[in-house]
Amino acid sequence: MENQIYIRRRRVNAVMLFISGLTLLFGLFWLAWILITLLREGFNALGPTLFTQNTPPPGSNGGLLNAIAGSLMMAVVGTLIGTPVGILAGTYLAEYGHRGWLAPATRFINDILLSAPSIVIGLFVYSIYVLQVGHFSGWGGALALALIVIPVVVRTTDDMLKLVPDSLREAAAALGAPAWKMIVFVSYRAARAGIVTGILLAVARISGETAPLLFTALNNQFWSLNMDQPMANLPVVIFQFAMSPYPDWHRLAWGGAILITFGVLALNILARALFRRKI
Amino acid sequence: MVIAHPFEVGLATIYNESPNPGERMPWMDIFFKNLTRCAAFLVFSILITILISLFIHGEPAIRQFGFDFLVSTEWDPVKEKFGALVPIYGTLVTSLIAMLIGIPVSFGIALFLTELSPNWLKRPLGTAIELLAAIPSIIYGMWGLFVFAPLFSEYVQPPLIKLLGPLPIIGALFKGPPLGIGILTAGIILAVMVIPFITAVMRDVFELVPPLLKESAYGLGATTWEVAWKVVLPYTKIGVVGGIMLGLGRALGETMAVTFVIGNTQRVSASLFAPGNTIASSLANEFTEAVGDLYAPALIELGLILFMITAIVLAIAKVLLLQLAKREGRES
Repeated sequence: MENQIYIRRRRVNAVMLFISGLTLLFGLFWLAWILITLLREGFNALGPTLFTQNTPPPGSNGGLLNAIAGSLMMAVVGTLIGTPVGILAGTYLAEYGHRGWLAPATRFINDILLSAPSIVIGLFVYSIYVLQVGHFSGWGGALALALIVIPVVVRTTDDMLKLVPDSLREAAAALGAPAWKMIVFVSYRAARAGIVTGILLAVARISGETAPLLFTALNNQFWSLNMDQPMANLPVVIFQFAMSPYPDWHRLAWGGAILITFGVLALNILARALFRRKI
Repeated sequence: MVIAHPFEVGLATIYNESPNPGERMPWMDIFFKNLTRCAAFLVFSILITILISLFIHGEPAIRQFGFDFLVSTEWDPVKEKFGALVPIYGTLVTSLIAMLIGIPVSFGIALFLTELSPNWLKRPLGTAIELLAAIPSIIYGMWGLFVFAPLFSEYVQPPLIKLLGPLPIIGALFKGPPLGIGILTAGIILAVMVIPFITAVMRDVFELVPPLLKESAYGLGATTWEVAWKVVLPYTKIGVVGGIMLGLGRALGETMAVTFVIGNTQRVSASLFAPGNTIASSLANEFTEAVGDLYAPALIELGLILFMITAIVLAIAKVLLLQLAKREGRES
């Protein structure tokens, strides 16, 4: 009798552990499937014209040059706006925020922003910026991306500064350093790898963001580096081309998809490698 | 969390007053502290600013339709009649499907990675699962539309329609033509997208279980599954629910992946194979074309509803995870 119960428990255990292994395979299966599809479809589209010509009208040849340039510009500007704000706010949370309500409240809200739907960010920038200036523009896109960068950077900066041992700070204080010097020259240096990791992850995150750009940068069929005009960008071009009925647009969309995905994955892996080597 | 920070004991002075103002540029201290405080306040105010701005810009629609907005299924840009029930329904149902698939799978993966996997495999496998979260959502959408949906309509939907369609009650969920795109497809793709987020939280909280507890259970003869189900899970349930809420928040607001595969139809249908709409995909599809006095405000009101729902869900997630962290702090 006892033996039977024992056998049953062993069986349940074996079945459940087997299922657990299957769920892992299930997760890996999708990753592999998506990456393989991208490689197969995207490789056909990769070629020198992808990087030398602008997005074509349907039926003719072209590349993604203007979209790549627009994406890079908005990502760079978005990161340049978002990173300083994020680092400073993260600094306040980790270094100054031991008393008072602002630090815990900000930390709480920041975590909500971290997962907030990005399309709402687009809607927000549309209503406070695009609507006021009266036209879609690259600045609006960059602003929306900056709002997505900020919570990522705040979170990692806060976490990384909290990992810096207090003995380092005490040593700096004992040598007579004022608080700002202690933070800039001791805490930041000790946490540098982690903070850079956070910035890289934020860049990876915005490189593929589409939703916030739909209502802000919109799109531009032509070559333009003017941030005050609608700006072409890879994600929106992919969206538009993939939803269209034209096969050569689909091919370009796959080309853009492979660029974005492997760019983002490379950034992610780089960030991880950097972080691991340092800590 | 409640423990007095060492700074308050030892370093408090340096943060608040420079002992030797002349040499140490006290203005720099004040400047730097206030600079960081302003940045923090800016971040703090983003959420409330978004809410206010969406409220102001959606206000014409809010005043015009009132509570009806939430219960009406009519969405007619020509007659300027707007009701949000279809996208709200679509958002909730796709997220529910995503959770039904995503929660057990994430639990399985987290269990495998914390309890079963050999140590040398943990890192590569964990990274691979995390990379699922790194793939941009537009890629999920495009892949879903061009690769997943055709296969789904050819090999999965017909047998499901044949097998489950005639059943009473559940049958209604599996009726209709096998289009490939639709609510179920969107839910499945959402499930894949939230798995890395839920798994990450579950892994983290499973690692919090004191080894002593697990070892006691093993010592009493419990199997690995029993330890996971009856010791690890009860101990970490607040955190697990927090992780699920986090995944739910992600699923509710996901835009591009859903926009590609949901079919964008303003109609409520009992069948999961029917095309539908979600709040986020309505916005993505219609907002740039919205003309008229009420169309754009109605869409902005939709955005406001979405933002409030996700913010509440995410806030619950955060509160639960904070509670677990607090308990950890007390016990250790």
